Amino acid sequence: MKKTVFLGAATVAGLAAGVAAAGTADDVKARGKLNCGVTTGLVGFAAPDANGEWKGFDVAVCRAVAAAVLGDANAVEFVPTTGKTRFTALASGEVDMLARNTTWTFSRDVDLKFEFVGVNYYDGQGFMVPKSLGVSSAKELDGATVCIQTGTTTELNLADFFRSNNISYEPVPIETNAEAQQQYLAGACDVYTTDASGLAATRATFENPGDHVLLPEIISKEPLGPLVRHGDNEWGDVVRWTLNALISAEEYGITSANIDEMAAGTDNPEINRILGTEGTLGEMLGLDNQWAMRAIKAGGNFGEIFAQNIGENTPIGLARGLNAQWTDGGLLYSPPFR
Amino acid sequence: MSDIGYVRTEMLPEQEPPVSEVGAIGWVRHNLFSNWFNSLLTVLSLYFIFKVLAGLVPWVISPTWDSGSLAECREILHALGREGHYAGACWGVIHERWIQLIFGFYPEHLYWRPIAAFVLLGVALAPVLFSDKVPSKLLIFSALYPFIFPWLLWGGTIWAPVAALLGFVLGWAAFNAVSKAMSTLLGFIAGALVALIWWLVLSSYFVGAMDSIAAIGIEPVESRKFGGFMLSITIGVVAIACSLPLGIVLALGRQSDLLIVKYICVGFIEFIRGVPLITLLFVASTLLNLFLPPGTNFDIILRVLIMVTLFAAAYMAEVIRGGLAALPRGQYEGADSLGLNYWQSQRLIIMPQALKISIPGIVSTFIGVFKDTTLVSIIGLLDPLGLSNAIRADANWNGIVWELYGFIALLFFAFCFGMSRYSMYLERKLHTGHR
Amino acid sequence: MTTFSDPPKEQFRLSMLLYDTRYRSATIQVIALIGFMLLAAWIISNTIQNLEALGKPVEFGFFGEPASYDINQRLLEYTSRDTHLRAAFVGLLNTLVVAVLGCITATVLGVVIGVLRLSHNWIVARLMTVYVEMFRNVPVLLWIVFIMAILIETLPAPRAFRGDNPEASMVLGEAVAVTNRGVYVPEPLFSNSLGNIHLFGESSLRFDVSLDLMAILVVLGVSIWISNWIKHRADAIQEKTGDRPVTWWQRLGVVVVPLALLLALLGFHLGYPELKGFNFSGGTHLRNSLIALWLALSLYTAAFIAEIVRAGIMAISKGQSEAAAALGLRPNRIMSLVILPQALRVIIPPLISNYLNLTKNSSLAIAVGYMDITGTLGGITMNQTGRELECVLLLMLVYLSISLTISAIMNWYNESVKLKER
Repeated sequence: MKKTVFLGAATVAGLAAGVAAAGTADDVKARGKLNCGVTTGLVGFAAPDANGEWKGFDVAVCRAVAAAVLGDANAVEFVPTTGKTRFTALASGEVDMLARNTTWTFSRDVDLKFEFVGVNYYDGQGFMVPKSLGVSSAKELDGATVCIQTGTTTELNLADFFRSNNISYEPVPIETNAEAQQQYLAGACDVYTTDASGLAATRATFENPGDHVLLPEIISKEPLGPLVRHGDNEWGDVVRWTLNALISAEEYGITSANIDEMAAGTDNPEINRILGTEGTLGEMLGLDNQWAMRAIKAGGNFGEIFAQNIGENTPIGLARGLNAQWTDGGLLYSPPFR
Repeated sequence: MSDIGYVRTEMLPEQEPPVSEVGAIGWVRHNLFSNWFNSLLTVLSLYFIFKVLAGLVPWVISPTWDSGSLAECREILHALGREGHYAGACWGVIHERWIQLIFGFYPEHLYWRPIAAFVLLGVALAPVLFSDKVPSKLLIFSALYPFIFPWLLWGGTIWAPVAALLGFVLGWAAFNAVSKAMSTLLGFIAGALVALIWWLVLSSYFVGAMDSIAAIGIEPVESRKFGGFMLSITIGVVAIACSLPLGIVLALGRQSDLLIVKYICVGFIEFIRGVPLITLLFVASTLLNLFLPPGTNFDIILRVLIMVTLFAAAYMAEVIRGGLAALPRGQYEGADSLGLNYWQSQRLIIMPQALKISIPGIVSTFIGVFKDTTLVSIIGLLDPLGLSNAIRADANWNGIVWELYGFIALLFFAFCFGMSRYSMYLERKLHTGHR
Repeated sequence: MTTFSDPPKEQFRLSMLLYDTRYRSATIQVIALIGFMLLAAWIISNTIQNLEALGKPVEFGFFGEPASYDINQRLLEYTSRDTHLRAAFVGLLNTLVVAVLGCITATVLGVVIGVLRLSHNWIVARLMTVYVEMFRNVPVLLWIVFIMAILIETLPAPRAFRGDNPEASMVLGEAVAVTNRGVYVPEPLFSNSLGNIHLFGESSLRFDVSLDLMAILVVLGVSIWISNWIKHRADAIQEKTGDRPVTWWQRLGVVVVPLALLLALLGFHLGYPELKGFNFSGGTHLRNSLIALWLALSLYTAAFIAEIVRAGIMAISKGQSEAAAALGLRPNRIMSLVILPQALRVIIPPLISNYLNLTKNSSLAIAVGYMDITGTLGGITMNQTGRELECVLLLMLVYLSISLTISAIMNWYNESVKLKER
């Protein structure tokens, strides 16, 4: 039985398709699609809907980059990655960028050889407990059972926190947010700990969100941001400045509603430079001058994306907090477009 | 003699058996309450069945088919006065997502292609599985099918499968020519080399050239779009189909007198069978690209296909080895005495019989591989189980558990149960043929 | 007509490597070997180039660094300051625990179900068929997450035990607490403990051996040896005189009395779990993840073993059971004395592969967060250090050695019960 050659054929096809050229930006343009690594599903940040269309805060960053580079916000292939597979997927070139609520840490940056292009969400690890437990501080959690998501920095932070406060706990490692939620609601763990945004998002979908409280302690800094491989600075620049364009757009009041109007020219030279009516910033990036305009049009500016996916008017209901513009007392601070 | 008072001279009419021995009562007495232990078991079983049904049925019967979110389900059930955690199932999620669970992200207007591919798969397998009912000319279609299947699923130009097919044809031609002129061994090497050169170097030019002359093709679909049950079945089918020739070679190698060949094969088989599939999938997701020339990069589904194929090949080799061992020694000796050489005797005498005996084993290997495809959810592929997590990450369905698991389990059960029944039927059919 | 004669003495020619069957096999082997080595060399050189490009040379130094994560179920003493190597050992022990527990339970369940499937009781036989088909035809990963979900959702949380009028209460005379965090059972404690021996100092391999346990094992071993000696003596007397002395009370006493004395000396008592703070404390905590994995693996494998047992029993010819019945044996004894011992020979080889499968399937532990070797070495360690090559290769090596050990042991056992053909 000569049952199949498919392997041979497929390998040939794979080899022909996949031999990477020097620059990621050129690859993406040649391919006509951006491969973007996202989570396998996290409420508000990335999840496929019934039509298989991906939606969420991280997804919007991918779409903005695709719009800037390829001119089409839908020219993105979303590659779901787990906590385990995400870094290899990026290192091996399977994805061009990772927008997967990934914490910027020294070892990931230096040892694993990735380049974090910025921060799209300032987060921190928090704790959620049922109100009925009567706990008001994480330091009262001696002996508690804690649900944590494995494959993240949270389990390391947690070990450090309990160790430094000299209290004991029982970790329950869990693969996905959905399972953690199930265990927590059933009372199989007293506490659920993950990034505060994740906690808020999870709590929002509970039957009775009011029965659960987030403890005041934030035990870690979790700057979440998109990342690319080390060593391809052109591509890193493209992703970095796309993100910055979204942030600056909010700062200067460029929204998806008024962008066409503003593109005709304004009195503010910075806005003009962003929107390409002045200067040649796009060409310096290896793109055209409309790149930032397309990125902003894809899903709106940073504030709009935030409001649409995780903001206070969504079921997730996150406040801007640290993620407000620096002018509003937050940490968002885009370097100038000049 | 005379003290016999009475002799019956005619037969008594047959009496009805006692009521307690026949009919429903008799059956119940014999099969359910034959002694105290059996009675106890019966009562316990009945109680168990009642408990399970009493818990399950009210939950399953729940008018939530049209709901759009978990909250809506809760409202519907609340309106019916059904409260609590197990008030009823929320079938809305299945209603909204069943197509996604089956086809993954495959483009909607192209659903006919996977359907056609799997229907044709049945046609292609028919001459092998139902050899007595189907004309054997269909075997030609079976031989071509491995080229049609990937083309239908992945799409693209028709010249790619044609080029792959041509590789075989060229290899075969080279083998024939060289083995006639020189030796079989040289012919074999020549055939393999020609085919490899064709696939690796020349075929891309051929495809390019033919495409520019006559661009016949269908819309290509990337393997990333594969998901749900389609992904599971595709992995299962491709792995089994590719592992069959590989398994035959490994099984023959393991039985061979050539020591080095034998040890290479034994080492490979035992290594693969000694490690869990999940570690092989880790290799697929993290290491396989490292093993290939720098810059090579093909997508995760292809890598998973490769590793699952290797995995299945080791098991297949053992199944076929079992088939080879089950053949009576006389078959080998008969082939030798006819003066057939090794390959001739394998091709004409041994393999046809050994493969036939192995079919049930092959089917159960397939079932095993098909079930094991759920493991790909651990490395982030969206098979049904992976999709169930993605669906639960949708704000509307956050908190759904049983409905999704139940649906997925049911589909797997239907598929595997059907296959295993079929394999039992085959086993019985083949048994009679061999006694 | 053919006449036999010595083959003509020929000079060796190069073409003989191809045409002469005496040399051809050598040629093929050399080609195969060269091909294999080329393939291996190609893979290795690719790997080296790729790793160089990534800047991640192969080195195992990270095993000596602190793991920084906690593991809930640890049979060895372990804190987050211990090394990755120690974490891997803790994981390895967890793998072995669930594999051994699973194999035992699966065997027992499988034999019972296999026998019940052949029962004359219609409803029991059907129920067992449903069980077997249900478990065999649904992926084991699905069963694992399913059973985990059942445990979590249906059992009471520890907080349900609290209060004056609790919703849930402990079972078996307040000794066992069944919660959705696991089952708490009493643990054996010794008030006059002999202490522990610390092996391997402070290294990652350090290991405590409980002297109490050792003492118990030694006493038990000696008693059983004496008990066997009594049995042998009784056998010898029976051979000689035809009368068998009554020894059961001697044999029982020899085992029970020293053990009881030793336990009393050590101050043996049970530590009961009690609700304290957030959780039960005291007692042994069998975690949910362990129970779910153990249950799922044994139920799943039991379905396969049941089929093997059934096939094994059916393979015994009907004459055997008829002959046994003719001897006047009762059905239970026919099963245990005649059928099962013979069926065992048919059963063992496929049983071995099922044990192997169970052990390999235990790697699905990560789905429920059971920290086995895949969860520690192949999970968190790999993830935090980014050393995929080293971790995955080592992981495969560990599983390979476990598998080879199991099959070696079982094959040895198989040899010993095999029908000795003469």
